[in-house]
Amino acid sequence: MFKKSNIVSLMAAAGVSLFSAQAAYAQVIKVDGSSTVYPITEAVAEEFQKAKKNAIKVTVGISGTGGGFKKFCRDETDISNASRPITEKEMADCKAAGVNYVEMPVAYDALTIVANPKNAFLKEVTVAEMKALWEPAAQGKVMKWNQVNPAWPDAPVKLFGAGADSGTFEYFTEAMVGKAKSSRGDYTASEDDNVLVQGVSRDVNAIGYFGYAYYAENMAKLKGVLVVNPKTGKAVEPSAANVENGTYAPLSRPIFIYVKVKSLDKPEVKEFLEFYMKHGAKLTKEVKYVPLPAAAYTGNIDHVNKKKYGTVFGGKNEIGITIEDLMKREAKM
Amino acid sequence: MKPLTTEEIRAVIAKGKFYDNLFKAVGVFCLAFALLVIVALIADMVIKGSERFTLDFFFNFASRRATEAGILSAWVGSLLVMLVTAMAAVPLGVAAGLYLEEYAKRNLLTNIIEVNITNLAAVPSIVYGLLALGIFVYQFGFGQSILSAGLTLALLILPIIIVSTREAIRAIPAMIREGSMAVGATRWQTCRFHIIPYAMPGILTGVIIGLARAIGETAPIITIGALTFIAFLPPVPFSAADAGTTAGLFDWLLSPFTVMPIQIFNWTSRPDPAFEVNAAAAGFVLMVMVLSMNAVAIYLRYQMRKKIKW
Repeated sequence: MFKKSNIVSLMAAAGVSLFSAQAAYAQVIKVDGSSTVYPITEAVAEEFQKAKKNAIKVTVGISGTGGGFKKFCRDETDISNASRPITEKEMADCKAAGVNYVEMPVAYDALTIVANPKNAFLKEVTVAEMKALWEPAAQGKVMKWNQVNPAWPDAPVKLFGAGADSGTFEYFTEAMVGKAKSSRGDYTASEDDNVLVQGVSRDVNAIGYFGYAYYAENMAKLKGVLVVNPKTGKAVEPSAANVENGTYAPLSRPIFIYVKVKSLDKPEVKEFLEFYMKHGAKLTKEVKYVPLPAAAYTGNIDHVNKKKYGTVFGGKNEIGITIEDLMKREAKM
Repeated sequence: MKPLTTEEIRAVIAKGKFYDNLFKAVGVFCLAFALLVIVALIADMVIKGSERFTLDFFFNFASRRATEAGILSAWVGSLLVMLVTAMAAVPLGVAAGLYLEEYAKRNLLTNIIEVNITNLAAVPSIVYGLLALGIFVYQFGFGQSILSAGLTLALLILPIIIVSTREAIRAIPAMIREGSMAVGATRWQTCRFHIIPYAMPGILTGVIIGLARAIGETAPIITIGALTFIAFLPPVPFSAADAGTTAGLFDWLLSPFTVMPIQIFNWTSRPDPAFEVNAAAAGFVLMVMVLSMNAVAIYLRYQMRKKIKW
């Protein structure tokens, strides 16, 4: 018995001394969360470290928006990447752990519906058609294109979509079917969007959806399908310009970073954020997302300086919020 | 019984030879098939990744630009994690195997342990990841570090090392033990001077098979929180750290990290197809790492076998 307790205390001592060693060696800014926001934060982190000659270290992980918030609300990360606003449950978790945060929209993403370039009939779709195709009731029943629209041919439907854990899936189902996470299950689902790109590019009768960046990088292999804006009745092409002018709805969505208020006391985190907001627009464009107007980035820093904490979404995800709406809301905060 | 004529005997022999050759052909075909698959895989990676085989690729950090991105943090991370894994798993595994073979009595308890170890080898790696997340990362407070990852993979390959140690020990003839004890050696002396040295080639094979499996693991490493973008290396012992302090001897153990499989996985899932070239090149590098580990093992085994003289 004596020996055993000795070993345990030895291990504990070793653990403690190692832990304190880590505390002495610091200045690491920890970022984690959504894979959708990852390319932007990665680009900023890369440039920031270059500009600082590696004096400040930034790490970026990918554990999904939900997984990122879990770590964030457990006080493990400084910044959380999120492809949707924080939910009520996550707000409660953060509150319970005493984690306060600043919400910063950093870019816009356009969920893009894609078809095979050889597909002649899929030019534009309406929300109603997408609902008929993707709703849970369609499972096993809607298997031919002419069941969705009589003008379309009697050809089999091949569906490719995001896996159930992704924010993309959540947003698409809410925007198209009307309820988040409500979708038919008999489609090729993948968290890896390149699998979807490959699938759609190989099948004439295929349709799929994913973030705009994957479409923009693979335009030669894919055809972007126009989506009819329910408010204006006009079919709108997925493009950066149409996201900026607010016509590409309801599939445009803002993406965010959440910054822990406690971390703002660290000068390197503040410096990183200032760098992020200063170069965000340029780097966002480079990684094929849609940048926000300059006022949005300065507004984010303003919120930090004026200590405006919390979210403007009240724990709910909203569909079809345009850049203009978002800017008004952020300004009112 | 009527004696067989020469013709009949020849026919029987010919039939036997036919099956002999048939089996040989099937065997060669199977071997060729397996080899072809591996050669095709390697060739595919080399051809796809050929334009990235530059020094920059090995000494650059990850980047959003495919042509500038490299695997420095990934291969350093992989090597350090393997070092921790080997340091933890080899002594534990070999000692456990030795105890079970040479010291433990055969009873219900050892039987249960035996069954469990064999079963552990078949547990999906993600389960080890979840266990490690709870114990190493949170309970012991090691955080998302090289130490946590190394210990996790050590758990993962421990059953492999124990089982192969036991196999190797079992292959030693009983007369060696008896001879040693007959001239007055204690049990420990027998183990120390006979059992361990003679079992070493077999143990080494198990260790390398285990490490080769560990180096390609992704799931448990992701679970405990390996990073995707990390553009710095763990601190070198006694190098200058921040604010005039020096890094301690073991600071690197608690550094955040990434490993090769995660880097490859990240590159294959990026929007820009140019990253597929990086993924292929990194895949080839990982393959070379595994093959060279195997090569070292084979060499050491050969050297050790030469020394054994019964």
